[in-house]
Amino acid sequence: MTLEVALFAVIATATAGSAVGVVASRNVVRAAVWLLFTLVGVSLLYFLLGAEFVGAAQLIVYVGGTLVLVVFGVMLTAQGPLQSLKTRPTEWAVGGVLGAALFGLLAAVVSGATGPPGEDRPLPGAGPLGLGFLGLTDSPVSYLLPFEIVSVHLLVVLIGAAYLARAKRRAKL
Amino acid sequence: MSALGLPPFLVLSAFLFACGVVCVAARRNAIGVLMGVELILNAANLNFVAFARFNPAFRLEGQVFALLVVVLAAAEAAVALAIILNFYNNHATVDVDRADELKG
Repeated sequence: MTLEVALFAVIATATAGSAVGVVASRNVVRAAVWLLFTLVGVSLLYFLLGAEFVGAAQLIVYVGGTLVLVVFGVMLTAQGPLQSLKTRPTEWAVGGVLGAALFGLLAAVVSGATGPPGEDRPLPGAGPLGLGFLGLTDSPVSYLLPFEIVSVHLLVVLIGAAYLARAKRRAKL
Repeated sequence: MSALGLPPFLVLSAFLFACGVVCVAARRNAIGVLMGVELILNAANLNFVAFARFNPAFRLEGQVFALLVVVLAAAEAAVALAIILNFYNNHATVDVDRADELKG
């Protein structure tokens, strides 16, 4: 049992356990904390796979940005005693059966997958990744257009979210 | 790393995806549904990075698309939370079953 296998076992168990916590916890604040552990576990898996830049981006953007946003949403929509909306047991049963069937199907398909006989080189780091975005690599494709589209999309989202969530003036009656 | 291989990552990703689907299907709090969507996106992202590692043809592409998905997920969360806040301001609840005004 090599170090990688042991590390993967520990991190994967923690990640899967906290994903179950996200689903099963009644209180939405606790679900947010479980989601924090899941996201950190996924970023650790990226580090384990050798994709340091993606792991760092996951930590910065997801854990530092998105999750804070979710927690703010929880706080701004807290409803006191009604905070935990109960799900009916039949809905839990249907959802659980659906999820179990989906996981069984996906796992059955996936467990037979064998990667191509891999040369075990490390993944390209942040430098080659940036050059790939700019299209300065040997490969004929460049990702400059998707990069620009995402940039403009972020600007649109910024304006749109600020417009949607703005404090409204009271309508004159 | 070669001792580990691709399938364990794919099975873990499938588990995260199933958890996200259950979260979307069973929760009534809109923010809980949003958390399920985040789980689903993370499962897809884990697949991207795992294939980038274990398939030589996708060394760059897997990471590029993983980064794009991370950024777009952040944008999606911002817009979804703005919509949820707007709905809460108008209806004083975040129960997704109460958002049925478009029913004919």
